Amino acid sequence: MRALVAMSGGVDSSVAAALMREAGHDVLGVTLKLWSGPNGEAPTAGCCTVSDAEDARRVAAQLDIPYYVLDYTDEFRDGVVHRFVRDYGSGRTPNPCIECNRTVKFDRLLNGLADFDSEVLVTGHHARNRHVDGSWRLHRGEDRAKDQSYVLSMLTQAELSRIRLPVGELTKTAVRSIAAEMGLRTADKPESMDICFVGKRDYRGFLRDAAPEVFEPGPLVASDGTELGSHDGIVGFTVGQRRGLGVALGEPRFVVRIDSGSSTVVLGRRDELAVAAVGLDQLTWTEGAPFSGQVMAQYRAHGEPVPATLHDDRLLFAEPQEAVAPGQTVAFYDGDRVLGGGLISETFV
Amino acid sequence: MIYLDHAATTPMRPGVWEAMRPYADDVFGNSSGVHEVSRRAKNALEEARERIAMAIGAGPREIVFTSGGTESDNLAIKGASLSSIPRRGVVTVATEHEAVLETTDFLRRLGVPTSVVGVDREGQVDLPSLVDTVDANTAVVSVMYLNNETGVIQDIAGIASAIEEHEPDVLIHSDAVQAFSSAEIEVDDLGVDLLTITAHKFGGPKGAGLLYVREGTPLEPVLHGGGQELGRRSGTHDVASAVGLATAMEAALADRSRFRSQVAQIRDDFEKRVLTAVPDAVVNTPETPRSSHHLNVRFPGVRNETLLMRLDRAGVAASAGSACQSGASEVSHVLEAMGLSPGEARESVRFSFGWNSTADEAMDAATIVIDLIEELR
Repeated sequence: MRALVAMSGGVDSSVAAALMREAGHDVLGVTLKLWSGPNGEAPTAGCCTVSDAEDARRVAAQLDIPYYVLDYTDEFRDGVVHRFVRDYGSGRTPNPCIECNRTVKFDRLLNGLADFDSEVLVTGHHARNRHVDGSWRLHRGEDRAKDQSYVLSMLTQAELSRIRLPVGELTKTAVRSIAAEMGLRTADKPESMDICFVGKRDYRGFLRDAAPEVFEPGPLVASDGTELGSHDGIVGFTVGQRRGLGVALGEPRFVVRIDSGSSTVVLGRRDELAVAAVGLDQLTWTEGAPFSGQVMAQYRAHGEPVPATLHDDRLLFAEPQEAVAPGQTVAFYDGDRVLGGGLISETFV
Repeated sequence: MIYLDHAATTPMRPGVWEAMRPYADDVFGNSSGVHEVSRRAKNALEEARERIAMAIGAGPREIVFTSGGTESDNLAIKGASLSSIPRRGVVTVATEHEAVLETTDFLRRLGVPTSVVGVDREGQVDLPSLVDTVDANTAVVSVMYLNNETGVIQDIAGIASAIEEHEPDVLIHSDAVQAFSSAEIEVDDLGVDLLTITAHKFGGPKGAGLLYVREGTPLEPVLHGGGQELGRRSGTHDVASAVGLATAMEAALADRSRFRSQVAQIRDDFEKRVLTAVPDAVVNTPETPRSSHHLNVRFPGVRNETLLMRLDRAGVAASAGSACQSGASEVSHVLEAMGLSPGEARESVRFSFGWNSTADEAMDAATIVIDLIEELR
């Protein structure tokens, strides 16, 4: 099989490439250049730095596979960064890594497979994609602690049939020991946890530099309507936030709601964070047919799934949930199996 | 592999490596030393300098050895702007190499008055506006002889004399890095005060270049130190490289008229074959004087990045624009300056031919290009 491997320069995608090569496939490695600073400089943190590309290049050389760096900075800026800014500006809580998977990595690479003379796209995600009874089933990765199926929950049959996730069958420890046995330079490389274009700093600092216009002052109010103070922009707040609110109230207060229309940030007690149900859009189903009924729902990348019931585009939690905000992705599971996903468009208390 | 990226670098010509080798080996002396092994190195260095001077119609004292094109461009522009002459300004052109543009921008950040003049759709600098931009504050005007991405040839002699007439004290620099294989380079005919040449573009080693500095030209060094090269460029001489530069230069000079006709024929046949099979392909410089070995062509609807990758896998080496540090190709500033949109620039590919290109391989490459364009559409 001719396989295009998206190599980030990390250990997982290095081993994904190595496993495909060992299995006798015709492997081509690419790294996507997604972001550069205002003067074209490469980021120093996150998943797309010059040294990451260098690691990927060296691993590809060691595996003796052709390797290229593809420039998707325009697509990334328009599809991911602008959306990130817009989402925060409208009081939502975006997940840029999911948006990047959706609009850049999978979209561009899968649509480009034929151009790259490849049949399948291989990534280093920790999730399992298995062909069972004529359809592709997406499951949580073998290593539950490293599972990344949440960020893949938007994939459908058309995509899954052309995606292979070899390291999803392994624990992270096994991945690292394979890399070490093969002498890959990425064997002990730490995982990147930062948003690549934000880097080590706070995302608010990024927004302040990149989009000062989205900072519009507004009132901080209590849930009963009492005015508590003011803030310099709703983009500085996320639902569930407790620190850095700019007011001292004697007892713990949380951001419980953000009203982008009036630039109002509403503070309340912890119990006011509870969300009973959410409305969803951009619903997708891994195996095609829409699903209704009991699911396990996960609404954060590293969150635990909670029982819930799906009715069309409404998800009703069995127990009210804290810190659920518009813009977040929800993935639906049946056990380890990913049923689908959607974006939270509104919340109901 | 069919190598069609000779504008990036070209293989060493026969005999060059052999000529260099003794100076990386037995004759290892520091050319500034007093003992025999150093004297032998010094003799080889000065003999190389004379051979090089002869090849461009210059005097030996007018040759400053450098590490290559980038250093020579830096020395020419910084050296002229920062010299003892009170004039500081720099005027250059939007399609120059980054070595010129970034050096100019560096000086701008230091407070030096700088101007970057545009070009027309064909990549030709607008001479009246170039001349108008030059004033009593201008120290140096830098215009590339033969563009690295498009092969567009600027009329350096015409530009030099127009500026001379307007502001006689302005220094004229030309980056002639791409030119030596095919174009006439006699410094007096060109009318330049400073000229950049680098060996690896015409069959010499990498890391070996020179700046021609007309006798009497005021120049502040960029590398200060032991005072080599009459104080214009300090640092222990790389004698092997200097010998390689001289040897390659003589070989390229002897081969120039063949290169100009034969390589041009190979390039033209390739171009004709590709354009016939891909009728909507667009040569980005159709009308203007162009080198014998460059072809910059746009294939509408095909992203150059993808085409270059597929060409590489099919055994054809070509390029587009310049590569950033990560290895991704960036939108060509040269094509953008010529009025192409970023999208059009991303559909443009450079094929460049060289001293060892053959008609057969060029025809094979054309077939591969044509098949790939059809497949990628």
